[in-house]
Amino acid sequence: MNTNKNPLIETSLRLHLVACIAFIFLPILGSFAFSLNSDRFPSIPLGAFSTEWYRLIWEDPFVWVGFFNTVKVGLVVALIATILGFGGAYTDYRFRFFGKNVYLALALLPPTIPVVIMGLAMLAFLSRVNLSGHAVSVIIAHGVMCSPFAMAIIRLRLSQMDPDLEAASWNLGGSEWATLRHVIIPFCRPALLAALFITMAVSFDEFAVAWFVSGLNETLPVKILGFLQGQVSPRINAIGSLAFLSSIILIIFAQMLMRNPTRTSK
Amino acid sequence: MSLPLLFWQVAFFLAPLIFLIAISFWTVRNFQMEPDLNLKNWERILTRGVFWDAYIRTMIYATVAALFTSLIAFPASYAISFKLSDKTRQWVVFLLIIPFFTSYLVRVYSLQVFLSDAGIINALLSKVGIPTMAMLNTPFGTLVGLVTLCLPLVILLQVFSLGFVNRDLVEAAHNLRCGRLRTVLQVIVPSARVGIVIAALFAFILSFGDFVSPLYLGGGNPPTLSIMITDITKSGQQWPRASVVALMMISTLLVIAFAAIKFAYRERGK
Repeated sequence: MNTNKNPLIETSLRLHLVACIAFIFLPILGSFAFSLNSDRFPSIPLGAFSTEWYRLIWEDPFVWVGFFNTVKVGLVVALIATILGFGGAYTDYRFRFFGKNVYLALALLPPTIPVVIMGLAMLAFLSRVNLSGHAVSVIIAHGVMCSPFAMAIIRLRLSQMDPDLEAASWNLGGSEWATLRHVIIPFCRPALLAALFITMAVSFDEFAVAWFVSGLNETLPVKILGFLQGQVSPRINAIGSLAFLSSIILIIFAQMLMRNPTRTSK
Repeated sequence: MSLPLLFWQVAFFLAPLIFLIAISFWTVRNFQMEPDLNLKNWERILTRGVFWDAYIRTMIYATVAALFTSLIAFPASYAISFKLSDKTRQWVVFLLIIPFFTSYLVRVYSLQVFLSDAGIINALLSKVGIPTMAMLNTPFGTLVGLVTLCLPLVILLQVFSLGFVNRDLVEAAHNLRCGRLRTVLQVIVPSARVGIVIAALFAFILSFGDFVSPLYLGGGNPPTLSIMITDITKSGQQWPRASVVALMMISTLLVIAFAAIKFAYRERGK
């Protein structure tokens, strides 16, 4: 009775896994299919092939404004979050001090706070200090939410570093800054680039907090939220498909950098 | 080195949250918020039946979503950890990471197309002679959305914790003629308990705070706490009241999180 393999159980476990993955990907693939479909509200049987929705978003000036806002915010956020994340990761790697747990909690907790609460807190706070409604407020909020991701990625890379490397550099007369510049940062470069891409991708997709604080400087995801509130608009699928493709390209870059660290860090 | 992150998080993360506590005691006069130390907002929210209805509804959604997602996820995580080759496992894990980089809004919109009365699922069902079922704008719709949101994360966290289960223990259980199901329930699940509980906790937190699924798949009426916050905030200057709701949510989440972590790390056999 205790043979290690029972074909029935093996097969049903695998089928269950396939069903789970199908369930997860159904809406994603559906959105792709619907974006290329002529029907306003697709059903079975599907309508004709059409690039109408792509043409509509191409010609919509508001979509372009949203797109440029998203890219602008994403680039700045990626840079800020990666710098902050590197500082945090290095602190965790190198130093031991009183209150370190509090420091780490502050650094890593933001993603666990529900986005509506973050959004409300940010809106109330930033409008008090007269920053609400600017693109800056989205950047500030996204910086808070993205830096934990950057920190985690860079920390992972630091834990692969030989701790003697730093000591060796000091023994050879390198100052702390020289060591940082010539030893640690080159070693972390793949993780730094990966962190840039991942945080950019996170910022590209974040809509809730951006919706609260952005005012008139709507990013593309906030735009989608607007479409959702309005009438049925398959343009969402077209925008979503394009956004998905760009995110995936960023992730693949990040993945390649993490996989082959030796090739990129000379 | 350590300071930039510290400053940023204190100034833009901690400060807004503390400010949220402060404004819950402020008053609104002539559409302007004024600093005050007033319990009126708390009184107003906490004595309303509407609030408590929404509170209980949100709790139920989040609990059901967390349990349901964990139950669906576990056989899948088990298959990934124990039944797949290393190469396939890497591919499956990669597949499970992809949803994090798709827009949740777009997925929810796509689910609307699947779930609506004239939508794809009902069209397929009618082909095999099953009458149209209302799925969109029902609690079922909300639940489908929440499971879509949580499932990839829960599977990944469970797989991660199953990776630490000592394979020798499983082998030993087999050698001692412990039945398959019993091995899973009495050897594997207890060894991976921390990860399984943390995964369920994350599903709870995500579902508790989400306003997209309840609004666009559940219909938004009656509201959940998150919908209440967005409604109050967007409809005017009643931010103090919205902040009371937000603070109630945070305290609930803190209590749940501490209870879950305590349960996860409890000594075995007590």
